[in-house]
Amino acid sequence: MIFSFDLLINAVASGILIGGFYAAVTCGVSISFGILDIVNIAHPAFIILGSYVAYIVNTTFGVDPIVTAIVATPLFYVLGAGIYQVYYVSFEKRGQESLRGLAFFFGLLFITEVSLVLYFGVDYRYVDAAYIGPSVHFGGLDMPLRILVPCLVSLLLIAILQLILKRTFIGRAIMAVAQDHFALRLMAVDPVRIKRIAFGISIATASLAGAFLIIIQPVEPSVGREYIGRIFAICVLGGMGSLPGTVIAAMLLGIVESLTSTFYGPSWAPAVSFGLLLLTLAVRPSGLMGR
Amino acid sequence: MRTPLFLLICFVIAAAVFAGAIAFGNDYVFFAGYVVLQYVVLSTAWNILGGYCGYVNFGSAAFFALGAYSTVAIYKFYPLPIPLLLVVGGAVSGLVGFGMGYLTLRLRGAFFAIATLALAVVMETLVVNWDYVGGSRGAYIVRPEEIYPIGNYIRYLFLIMLLLAVAAITIARLIERSRLGYGFATIRDDELAAEASGVPTLRLKLVATTISGALMGMAGAPFPYYIGYLQPSSTFGLEYAVNSIAMPLIGGTTSWVGPLIGAVLLGSLQQIATVTISSAVNLLIVGCLLVGFVIVAPNGIVGLVHKYLQRKPDDFVGRRHVETESPETVP
Amino acid sequence: MTDLLRIDNLGKRFGGFVALESISLSVPAGERLGLIGPNGSGKSTLVNCICGTLRNEQGSVHFDGRSIDGFAAHERTRMGLSRSFQLPRPFVSLSLLDNIRIPLLYAVAARGTHRSAHDIEAQCVDLLREVGLDAKARRLPRDLTQVEMRKLELARAMAAEPKLLIADESMAGLTHSEVEDILALLVRLNEKGVTIVLIEHIMRAVMSFSRRLVVLVSGRKIADGQPDEVMRNPEVERAYLG
Repeated sequence: MIFSFDLLINAVASGILIGGFYAAVTCGVSISFGILDIVNIAHPAFIILGSYVAYIVNTTFGVDPIVTAIVATPLFYVLGAGIYQVYYVSFEKRGQESLRGLAFFFGLLFITEVSLVLYFGVDYRYVDAAYIGPSVHFGGLDMPLRILVPCLVSLLLIAILQLILKRTFIGRAIMAVAQDHFALRLMAVDPVRIKRIAFGISIATASLAGAFLIIIQPVEPSVGREYIGRIFAICVLGGMGSLPGTVIAAMLLGIVESLTSTFYGPSWAPAVSFGLLLLTLAVRPSGLMGR
Repeated sequence: MRTPLFLLICFVIAAAVFAGAIAFGNDYVFFAGYVVLQYVVLSTAWNILGGYCGYVNFGSAAFFALGAYSTVAIYKFYPLPIPLLLVVGGAVSGLVGFGMGYLTLRLRGAFFAIATLALAVVMETLVVNWDYVGGSRGAYIVRPEEIYPIGNYIRYLFLIMLLLAVAAITIARLIERSRLGYGFATIRDDELAAEASGVPTLRLKLVATTISGALMGMAGAPFPYYIGYLQPSSTFGLEYAVNSIAMPLIGGTTSWVGPLIGAVLLGSLQQIATVTISSAVNLLIVGCLLVGFVIVAPNGIVGLVHKYLQRKPDDFVGRRHVETESPETVP
Repeated sequence: MTDLLRIDNLGKRFGGFVALESISLSVPAGERLGLIGPNGSGKSTLVNCICGTLRNEQGSVHFDGRSIDGFAAHERTRMGLSRSFQLPRPFVSLSLLDNIRIPLLYAVAARGTHRSAHDIEAQCVDLLREVGLDAKARRLPRDLTQVEMRKLELARAMAAEPKLLIADESMAGLTHSEVEDILALLVRLNEKGVTIVLIEHIMRAVMSFSRRLVVLVSGRKIADGQPDEVMRNPEVERAYLG
């Protein structure tokens, strides 16, 4: 292990940047799991789907992946709303969400991944954009734009989401639905509709997260699975429904992973997020910003 | 039906299966049959925690692989006979099951499920980085040609798995009909009310994870001999997780019959499909069946049969748990 | 005579919200205690803390001469402390008979008394008969009306053969004669030596049954004594009327 201050600074910096991206990856689950209590472990699959959508449009039309993702957001929203409707009718209404609901999402994860393999194969796919390649230098710091740009857009996304949740009626209804169905009904708001909207938003974020992903690294169908641990580790650590908590937890994870990878080697990287998750669950399930 | 009689019937059927396989004339039936029987054990084991208690384990592959890697670790030291390896594999996986349960069973079911996923990945990473068992390069086990008095080694492996399958379903059936089975059902239905009724829920859940883990480890112990070359990526493969969940859910989670039916049907289907179509399409079918059944037939094939026959629960021998639709007003 | 149940300075908060504040209560063995209070006053929270479903941050609970702080809910039930849930929580995949069987198999059996399967089955049927549900013994809870589910809930709490039974709003929705039946049942239980804490909104039932009355308002105990005196207490009047 060669220790150098430069190496350390760069590891921490890239950890923070990647953390910003991880926050975007997780924010959808912060809504679906953190607020709505729906264990959507298929979320990474939708992110990968987002990546492939960005990939197809980028290679066919040369459109920037982030632009594609923004345009695709309404489609993902509809997809999310549809999936929630099926979930609600089949499981939530019947009280079966713990076993069968989980199995449902697991099945979706699986189907999505295998379908992508069948259609695209297991080769890694890349996108092309102006900011993939060059880096920004700042003192001893080396920040590749392909990570910096998604990080900044991620943080913007989170800020927008937070505004929606805190300032709009729909947003506050979403926060409320988790806590008190009955009160919502009294206000003539249908909790099912609110949850459907919320879940739709959750999946919509996957579209953007997918674009960020394929900008940062090459993607193939099974990449999603690595992210399951990261996503839930960050969600739990960040205090479940708290978006600011998500950002902090994401950056923390990014830094720890980066340091581990730099000083101990990348083969230990998957264990970091999952190990952190286990630790958090065992010690403090309410996370850092505890609920 | 009392257990000794049940066991006798199982042994008779098992003997018939074994004889039938020999009569088939092609050793391939042993190779394929081994995998199906392995899934009978895995599904039954999964169902003890998942179907009976309602706690979903996504990390079946980890327990299975632990059994397999225990065998490898011991093999490098001194090759023990398989029955002993079963015990070791079972003990290791059972212990890990207990440990994992102890860490996570105080949490709600959803967190437990996620934790099992995390555990599987951590286990895989540890194994990949452990050079003694080959790490990511893999490990070779030399399968003996023959073993007295059965002859062909693959037949021996098939027989072992057949007996293990009988043991697994007997254990599951025993649990179902015992006080433990009642306790598991209350944990599944309403853990809070179970505690208030005097059921030591944490203790029972630990029993479930330990037994479930141990059985999965036993299913994995002979695997290195079967496959010859063990690699972490395939041993920890997702198909174990999906199948051990899909088979009980498709077969029916409320009794020992469900996982058996699910494993035999789905397992055989996959063996045929892998030969005729690609294995990726095979997995896609499993995924679709899982989602389909879970939405349309939540009680699985067993549930569909019940409905078709339209019998009342007490017409059957012993206790039958039937999944019901909870009215919305009951919390 | 030592109290069967003693609660000292019990406090419980949920985040910033104080659900219970410095509750102290003594229940001697054989007592018929009524616990009343407006909705949201903390009655069910108190029950949850006593029975171990919730953990109280402050104060202590003593049962049968021992401190039971830190004891899991199932341990408390085994010791003889049983409760019914305000909103019924039946085991939906088990028949009524099996629902009743659970406390017998787990709580009672843990005390070392050995009973044959036949005796247990007979006892289950008897319990169901006492609440008028024996005809539906082999049915599932989903086939029950709300009222029948409350009766099942009570029967299941009784099946744990408790020393102290907390009946949490078991009579909601019952007809006049059904209320009388349940009251008679509770009186019979009490005569056999079971201490009863009755939480009810049906004042007639509470007044006729209780020998002592405790009033909870906004998480605090504001009255504790003879039912007639308590009802004349001006604070109690204010809590209920204005």
